[in-house]
Amino acid sequence: MTAITLPLLLIATVLFAVLTVSAGLIWLERRLLGLWQDRYGPNRVGPFGLAQVLADMIKIFFKEDWIPPFADRPVFVIAPAIIIVTVLMSFAIVPFSRHIMVVDLNIGVLFFLAFSSLGVYSVALAGWSSDNKYALLGSLRGVAQMLSYEVFMGLSLMGVVMLAGSYNLSAIVMAQERVWFVIPQFIGFVTFLIAGIAETRRLPLDLPEAESELVAGYHTEYSSLKFGMFFVGEYMGVTLISAFITLLFFGGWRGPVLPGIVWFSLKTCTFICFFILMRAALPRPRYDQLMAFAWKVLLPLALVNLLATGAIVLAFFR
Amino acid sequence: MWSIVQTLWKVFLHAASKRRTVLYPEVRPRLPGRWRGRIVLSRDLSGKERCVACYLCAAACPVDCIAMQAAYDASGRRYPAFFRINFSRCIFCGYCEEACPTYALQLTPDFEMGEWKRQSLVYEKEDLLISGPGKYQDYNFYEVSGVAIEGKDTGEGIDDEPPVDIRSLLP
Repeated sequence: MTAITLPLLLIATVLFAVLTVSAGLIWLERRLLGLWQDRYGPNRVGPFGLAQVLADMIKIFFKEDWIPPFADRPVFVIAPAIIIVTVLMSFAIVPFSRHIMVVDLNIGVLFFLAFSSLGVYSVALAGWSSDNKYALLGSLRGVAQMLSYEVFMGLSLMGVVMLAGSYNLSAIVMAQERVWFVIPQFIGFVTFLIAGIAETRRLPLDLPEAESELVAGYHTEYSSLKFGMFFVGEYMGVTLISAFITLLFFGGWRGPVLPGIVWFSLKTCTFICFFILMRAALPRPRYDQLMAFAWKVLLPLALVNLLATGAIVLAFFR
Repeated sequence: MWSIVQTLWKVFLHAASKRRTVLYPEVRPRLPGRWRGRIVLSRDLSGKERCVACYLCAAACPVDCIAMQAAYDASGRRYPAFFRINFSRCIFCGYCEEACPTYALQLTPDFEMGEWKRQSLVYEKEDLLISGPGKYQDYNFYEVSGVAIEGKDTGEGIDDEPPVDIRSLLP
């Protein structure tokens, strides 16, 4: 009996935790942006404005769920679900601590890359089914950006995989016993971080939704809960990328004194805050700059990093 | 690339700097005396209405939110029979105050005029009139002007010279 209930309970807990954290991030982001811009942010509803999350959720639930008559109805409905599903699936392989994980997959990194690639469909289908030129432009940008940055997102992780000798995420964390991979794999870390921002379409790389040019990009036509799904999906993506930076480069749950799950949460939270800091500080690049940066700078960098890591591993660690 | 890191660091340091927001209902902003807020109609020191219903404010108003009707009382003073300002239209530009020749109409540093109904934003003369002279203490139009009212004929005002009989000046 426990063989069935325990995993189910774990899955439910992970789902609940991820959804709560991503909803809470909406509040955290607004407060932190306020802090860095010398203002307060939401501070009226509840203590420190914490109930703002609740108020926002109630508001978004009760808005009119409008599907434009010119939209491609089934595709329009399914697009926001894809982003939620793909991000949540990736959380299945995240080892929150030594023993807390939904599945200990031996191809963990590949699984994560595969599902982050599938996330492109959400953007593409949302823009296409909206039948709106701004949505289409946004989704075109989104697809091109995500495909380009995925190329070296995978490549930047291969150095870590080489050093750990495994695709398994717990094995990667275990391999960081002596030194965090951020030190031998610093270039890999930087490229993964930038690719992560592009994958989650966060500022400064939020060109698919660039509100100053494209209204709201690919989710222009979405309202109510469907928009909420894109919104929460973005924050779940931020949480996911932060979790993976922690796992792959900063020793995951490893740390002295405190239990593993606390260390994991602390490290992940730090990176989430860093994501928000980037939004507060950096302007959006031009679109051609974004693509040129991906193909002319980051891709060669990731390849050189891969070659150098491979050579060193071959020469000294065999 | 280096400038991006610098930017991130400098924005991060803003976490320690003071927040500029004034938490309004708890902390009141200090408004200067010339703040252009709620419009009032003042009285002179003897307690009489200053407004002479000259319509200059209504003419100056760019959004046409001032309406009035001129009348004369028993003593010969001109006054507005009604004076109405529609604050749902008013843009608080202060042109009416500039146009007013008798310092009757003045803008005050009060902006808390929120209402539930638009109709409540239409202020009648009773709502606009205040008991005192407002920003300009000792000005009384009828004392310095040559207009004759009951108890004060032309030429009896302050610094006023007796009226000249223009025909007597003829050669």
